[in-house]
Formats: sequence, C-alpha cells, structure tokens
Amino acid sequence: MGTRDCQHQIAMSSPAAGEAGATGDWRTERPVLDPALCLAQKQEKEACQLCWVYCPDLCIARGVPPAVLLTYCKGCGICAEVCPTDAIAMVPERESAAAAAGGAR
Amino acid sequence: MSISILTGNDAAAHAARLARVQVVAAYPITPQSPVVEMLSKWSDQGDLQAELVRVESEHSALTVCIAAATVGARVFTATSANGLAYMNEQIWWAAGARLPVVMCCVNRALAAPWNVLNDQQDSMSVRDAGWVQLYCRDNQEVLDTTLQAWRIAEELGLPVMVCYDGFLLSHTVMPVDVPEASAVDAFLPRHEPIPVIDLARPRNVGPVTFADPRANADGVICHGYMELRALHQEALTRALQVIPRVERSFAALFGRSRGALTWGHLLDDAEVVLVAAGSIGVELTVAAEALRAEGVKAGVLGIRAYRPFPAEALRQALQGRRLALVFDKAMSYGHEGPICSDVRSALFGAPGAPPVFGAVAGLGGRDAAARELAEVARRALADLDRGVRQRPAEWVNLQLEERA
Amino acid sequence: MAEQSGNPTAPGARRDMHEIRWHGRGGQGAVTAAKILAEAAFHGGFKGVASSPSFGSERRGAPVTASTRLSSEPIRLHAQVTEPDIVVVLDETLLAVGNATAGLKPGGTLLVNTARPPSAVPAPAGARVVTADVSAAATEAGLIVAGSPMVNTAILGAFAAATGLVDLDHLRAAIEGSFSPAAAEKNFRAAQIAHAATRG
Repeated sequence: MGTRDCQHQIAMSSPAAGEAGATGDWRTERPVLDPALCLAQKQEKEACQLCWVYCPDLCIARGVPPAVLLTYCKGCGICAEVCPTDAIAMVPERESAAAAAGGAR
Repeated sequence: MSISILTGNDAAAHAARLARVQVVAAYPITPQSPVVEMLSKWSDQGDLQAELVRVESEHSALTVCIAAATVGARVFTATSANGLAYMNEQIWWAAGARLPVVMCCVNRALAAPWNVLNDQQDSMSVRDAGWVQLYCRDNQEVLDTTLQAWRIAEELGLPVMVCYDGFLLSHTVMPVDVPEASAVDAFLPRHEPIPVIDLARPRNVGPVTFADPRANADGVICHGYMELRALHQEALTRALQVIPRVERSFAALFGRSRGALTWGHLLDDAEVVLVAAGSIGVELTVAAEALRAEGVKAGVLGIRAYRPFPAEALRQALQGRRLALVFDKAMSYGHEGPICSDVRSALFGAPGAPPVFGAVAGLGGRDAAARELAEVARRALADLDRGVRQRPAEWVNLQLEERA
Repeated sequence: MAEQSGNPTAPGARRDMHEIRWHGRGGQGAVTAAKILAEAAFHGGFKGVASSPSFGSERRGAPVTASTRLSSEPIRLHAQVTEPDIVVVLDETLLAVGNATAGLKPGGTLLVNTARPPSAVPAPAGARVVTADVSAAATEAGLIVAGSPMVNTAILGAFAAATGLVDLDHLRAAIEGSFSPAAAEKNFRAAQIAHAATRG
C-alpha cells in the first residue's frame, strides 16, 4: 500500500493521543505518585490537579489521585516540579520496575 | 479594451486589485515600492477590499501571506533582491506547505556591493525552492502573467513568483490594456481554499515529518518527507501542462496570447537562436532582425516559465539549429549562467542538439543594447566557424580589459 | 521638427522612431513630464510609447534624466536613450553642469527652458535650438510650489510647439488624466502659455 491512500497533499496530523508515536519509550525516569501526600487524595475530591494542567503531553488524567499514562509519558519531570506537596518523585526506570506495579498509575 | 500608460509596477498592482486579493503584506524596497504604495492608496480609497498587514521585514511579509493562505485567503506580496534573500526561509515554507501565494519579484541585483538596478540574480537564487517562476517581457505581460499566476497557484497548490525586470519594466511606462473587473472575475473566480483549517476537526499543519511513512493516530499510513517532496515535484511537472492551459483560457477571454512556457520570434528558419528570460528577450528581437539584415538567420526563444523548466519544449525548439546562444542576467558563481546550464542539460544527448554558448549581460543595471547583443552573436558565430564547440561565457560590455 | 529620427546604423532603429532625453533636477518633475508626454503621444496616434526615468534613486536638486521613445510600432528597446533626436532641458543651469547635448543626432532639436533667444544658447553645430520661458509660463499660471515654478507640464506645451509630435488637445487629455480637475486646469494653462511663447 502506497502512502497516496492518505490523500494528504501536505504534512498534517490530527491532535490525538499517540500522534507522535509511543513516546513512553523515550523515558529514563518515571513519575511515581505518593497518594499519601497528594492534595486531591487527602481532600478526597478533585482538588489541585496542577500536574494535569502542566503536563505538556496530556499524559496525566484528572482524578483522585491523578493518573500518569506511561505509554506516552516522556519522563520530563514537570509534574514533579509543579506538585505543591512533592507528592511526585522521578524514579529512574531501572529502579522503578518494582514500584511500577503499584506506584505510578 | 482600455489602454492605459502604465509602469510595470502599476501593472502588477492592477493585477492584484483585479484578482480581488484578500491579504497583502509587503515591505518596501527599491524598485518594488510603488506596487505596495499603489495598493495601499487603493485600500485607503476603498477601491481594494483587502487586509493590508503592516510588517517590519520581508521575512514577516511572506510569513503573514503564508498564514493567510493557510486559512484560505487569496494573498499577494512583492519584493526585490535583498528583500527576497531575507525571505529565504519562508520561501521554502510557502512551497513545501503547497500554498498558492503569488509574489512579484521585481528583479534587482543582490548586494554587496549595494546596487538597486536590474539583473535576475535574486529570483535565480531561489529557483530550487519549488515555486513556479514566470518571467515577463513587458508591462502587459506583467499584468497578464500575474493574473494567470493565481489560476496556476490555486489549481496546483504551488506558490508562483512573477518576475519582471526592475526599472527596465518596473519604472518604464508603456501602453497596457487593463481588463474590466467583471472579465477578470470570469477568468479568476473566487478562490475555494483547500479546507485545511476546520474547527470541528482540528489538525496540525506542517508537523514534524519523519524520513519514513508512518501510521497516524487513526492507523492511516501517511507520507514521509520524501513522499511529500515527490508530490511537490509531481505538481511542478504538472505545471508544464497547467501553465499553457491557463494561458489558452486567458487568451480565449481576453484575445491576446503571449506564449505559454516559451515564446519565439523569427524562429521558424532560424539557424542561430538567442535564448533569454525577461525584457532582454525583447531587446534580442531587435538584435535578431539586425543579424537577419546581414544574412544571418537569427531568431529568439524567450523563456517565460523557468520553473518548471520546459526542457522538452526547448529540445524540440532547438533541434537541428546551428547554435543556441543563451543570455543570462545572473551567475551561478563558480560555474556559469543558470539558464545556460539548464539549456545545456536539457539538450544533452538529444539528437540534433546544437552547441550552447553562454553570455552574461546586464548585471547590476549594465546597459545591454540591441546592437551590443548583436555583436555578441557575431563573435559567437565567428568562434563557431573556427570550430569552437565549448567556450566560457562572454561577459557583455565588461570593461576589465582593453578590448583589442 | 526633428527630421532625422532613429540611428540608421543601430539595429532595430526605425526611421519613424523619435528618441527624446529629458534633463531636469530631482523634484522638478521631468519623470512626470516624460510620462504625460507618452500618454499624449499614445492618444495622438503613436502605437509605441515608452518613458522611463534615469534608473536608480532620485535626489532633490540633483541632475536627473529621463528617456522617452515614440514610434508607430511597439517599442522594443529598453536601454536608456544615448543618441537622442530631441533633448529637453528643464533647467538651463544644467547646460553648464551636465553634458546635456551628448549624443544629440545631427539635425536634432535642443529645447531649453530659458528667457534667452535660441541664438544665445550654446549648442552643438547643426542642432536646431528652440527656447521658451517655461518658468515664466508656469509662474503666470500660478504653478508655484515651495517658491519655485513647477515647469514639468508647461514644458510639454513648448515641446508640442517645437516638435509637432503631439498637439495641445492630446496634452490636455493626458494632463487631465494625471491631476485633479483644478490642478489640471492650471497645468494645462501653463502648457498653453509656454506653447505660445516658444521660439526657434
């Protein structure tokens, strides 16, 4: 199948999850959230959500607590930087395998 | 029919007005400035319903046109020389983004040293950017070609550069038939843009594109960079059919035809063919007649479309001639004149192809009068008669050395 | 009237081509005069008309030239006029400064804006000298801008009288196409006065 089938005359794409590829494999550290420190979790309502606001790649879902979508998260660390209670830690990938099971969501 | 006595710049401005352009963004530079001054005056008077965007540079001028064309506006800009050079990055963007931008390049020498006079180094230096480039002989052709440019641009999704010689045409008045707006509306209907911008279906335009094709989020395999470039080349190749078709449609409506990809003068039985683009071609018709008066069968082949390059038309037109003598108003420094190079490559290996000699003329406004151009042809013929088949380009009227 | 027109040795020069070179000072309107003449000549029956300024940038007061070609056929020459049939001098001080008559063809016409008679104007041998006090005509018509008479339309009246290549009716139409009605009236009046004052 040739690429003419896309019928594009110029380069274009639709803004959608995964449009730039599975960028999760760029990651060398992942954000790991400690629910005990997260404001939303502590107040048991959708409070704060600054990590969701600031994530440049829409890789955090709003919630109590917010959840990280690791398929696309590049590990930039902005969420950890903006978290007012330091609830998010950036953990090197090679150390996070164990934590991944229950940690990052 | 209404004949006015107009400069080339007047003619270009009339074309933009008659095309009902919607966005104009340009930065003044000699010799282009009067085009923008006139459009600005008409806009003030309410005779031109266009958004005139004031910009601080040529780079911004073309960027505004790119943005406006992306959302579907019919746009126009004009520049010269260093202004065109300053646009360079956006020249490539307009082409790669396949936008129907129409720009007049009022041909002027590039600095340094500073010089505001005519040659064609500016537009020749961006010949590879993927624009259609058309060269004009006289002010009528400036008006007609600029009108045709939008048809070509909008059909192919390609920017078109209409090139005309600074001062020689831009500031010289001559009779020009200015058509009625209603007749132009019939030739150039309201532009129906490709719906790139759709609020219901947001898209990224011109995003990072990888070397290889890849699936988008919907699983559709999309072009890689090279596929898009091949499509661009296809469009320019298709322009070889579209330019003549648009010209025929123009001729049917307005009753005048000035040639499509090329034009000829006394070509039928010509043994020596003088080749050039722009107003020097007109001067060459006078030189050819002078040569004929001496018994030399000379003719002129004018290049109207330089990109796409009409290689096949040139092979046919030059087959079986004794000599093709190409006059360039530009240089590919370190090699030879760009048109000369392209004519050579078009003819290479073709049966019956004549030797191709080059001449460089009129750089930085140096006069090249018909009698001097005829002299160049006489010297070329003398070389040919001595058996010369390859020689370096003659620089016409150069005064570095005392001439023997 | 210039009998000799077109250089027979120059390729493409036609017997019926009239080549005119204008000499003025930046701001005097020589370029506008050349353009209006082209319009008047076109409407008077010349199929080929072309006028261009000396190429480059123009500075107020600096000597400038302009070229005009008139012919029964479309003009195919773009180079500046170097061998004029007619030289028009808008400011007589330019006769001393520049080489205004350079290349003037034998039998060619030299038209000068001066109060002096033709016999008092230095000219190459064989040239036909025509004079008119164009500044006085412009002043009489009230064409004073920044303290100086605007001579560029008045000189066209003298040109018509000196050469017969255009007439006053066609000049009037071309002037009316270039100015507001009130300004056109004054400018044409100046051309009429200069036309009547032409000697030579």
